[in-house]
Amino acid sequence: MSAPAADVRAGSLDGLRLLPARAARLRDGTVAMGWAELRKLRHDHLDIFTRSVQPLLWLFVFGTALRHNHALAGGSSDYRAYLAPGVMAQAALFVAIFFGLGVIWERDVGQLQRLLATPLPRLGIVLGKASGAAIRALAQAIVLFVVIAIAGIGIRWTVWGVVGAVVLLLLGTAAFACLSMILAALVRTRERFMGIGQLVVMPLFFASSALYPLAIMPAWLRTIAHANPLSYEVHGMRDLMLGITAGGTLWLDFTVVAGFLVVTALVAAKTYPRAIL
Amino acid sequence: MTALARAEERAERLVLVDGLVVRFGEVEAVAGVSFDVGGGEVFGLLGPNGAGKTTTIRVLTTLLRPTEGSAFVAGHDVVREGLAVRQAIGYVPQAISIDGALTAYENLEFYGRATGVPRRERRGRIEEAVEAMQLESFLDRLGRTLSGGMLRRLEIATALLKQPAVLFLDEPTVGLDPTARRLVWERLEALREQAGTTILVTTHQMEEAERQCDRIAIMALGRIAAEGSPAELRARFGVPVLEDVFTEATGGRLDEGGSFRDVRASRRRSRRLA
Repeated sequence: MSAPAADVRAGSLDGLRLLPARAARLRDGTVAMGWAELRKLRHDHLDIFTRSVQPLLWLFVFGTALRHNHALAGGSSDYRAYLAPGVMAQAALFVAIFFGLGVIWERDVGQLQRLLATPLPRLGIVLGKASGAAIRALAQAIVLFVVIAIAGIGIRWTVWGVVGAVVLLLLGTAAFACLSMILAALVRTRERFMGIGQLVVMPLFFASSALYPLAIMPAWLRTIAHANPLSYEVHGMRDLMLGITAGGTLWLDFTVVAGFLVVTALVAAKTYPRAIL
Repeated sequence: MTALARAEERAERLVLVDGLVVRFGEVEAVAGVSFDVGGGEVFGLLGPNGAGKTTTIRVLTTLLRPTEGSAFVAGHDVVREGLAVRQAIGYVPQAISIDGALTAYENLEFYGRATGVPRRERRGRIEEAVEAMQLESFLDRLGRTLSGGMLRRLEIATALLKQPAVLFLDEPTVGLDPTARRLVWERLEALREQAGTTILVTTHQMEEAERQCDRIAIMALGRIAAEGSPAELRARFGVPVLEDVFTEATGGRLDEGGSFRDVRASRRRSRRLA
């Protein structure tokens, strides 16, 4: 009985001593994966533009049609301004949730096995992949910001507002990408993943404050929306870009989104190896 | 045998597998396999589909935990010292591991980073690997535009950057046309002569194994049915070609294994490589 206990203690001491080295490997691994994702994006500019079409349609077709609806606009004079952070987060959510397809593809070819047999830490692989989704979200956000500026949609153009909103968007996107990797590890085939992806993404989108304020939702939907990390992501972005707080606080938004990222990343790092079998 | 002697043997034999068993539920994919590979040796693991070759490699590359038995690679226990093993090996799985959305050079740089080649040495190591596998002519092409033979050579190059103690190649020539196959083997031979790299390779191409491997283990139904140099095996079974040893040793069970998913994946791969 005593021998295993001694082992455990030696293990944890070892773990402490090796912590700096492990942190360095995690950093290098994340950077290596993120670097590859950035390179891939450079070879495929078109992807960013095709993926920017959908949020622009939401913003200009849906947004313009309901432009003067004050109940929907939740305190803003222009529904399009209210909608802008929502569609930005929504477009990033779509990128993130279908990121898992790439993981399944990489399993079907041999990339995943290969990666898992390198010294890369699993958490580094997951975070690096997630940063790929975040980089795509960033590129989309830049396109959207440019269009919003050109169209003269009234958001607050402060440095802290824009940068803060982008940071929140990146954290949220990375977290949803991790969620997608967890789903990919569980589902395992592309066909089934497409179904599950739709099943997850639409409720996440509609049961959040992306399109309309929580205040106008029926109570049951509001309860769900309160448990939805996307609501906090959008709420924080709206606070930063428009100054609409709707009774929430910014620190809570950042805490919830960052916490969601930590949890999904850790779970994804655990479930990821299952994907190769 | 004393603990010290055992430790010495482990260091000398770059791969040491003892009584390895891998069970997936009811199925025994590897049913008690023991073998070893010495430094500088090219060791061939042969057998029909479903014989347990890939499962064995997955244990040695730390992707799978063995149910029973032990395995050491470059002196490290694959279960307890997984990281040390991963730092010491190069691995090219049967399926394509190159990222099609990156160029050949970017793939090299990525695996240089991923396998922990120090930044200062990265460029030099990439140049060496490019020369060893003769990749100069397509470094700027995207992975998805490369032919099967180019892909395999690129994959082997990415696995060489860390100067691995052992190189694991799972079916490196499957799906390649004869010219591409010859080129891959030519490069591996050169690698062996120049760098003395230890290679563990799986294949079901008998004549390739006969020409290229110092020693061979023939697997069937999760067990090693015969082991030795190609000449020894021919003599032991009293047959003129290794192909016949294979049939004798595996009892003619040539193509029983392989699930629907395996078959679908390998056909898709062949199409991709052609």
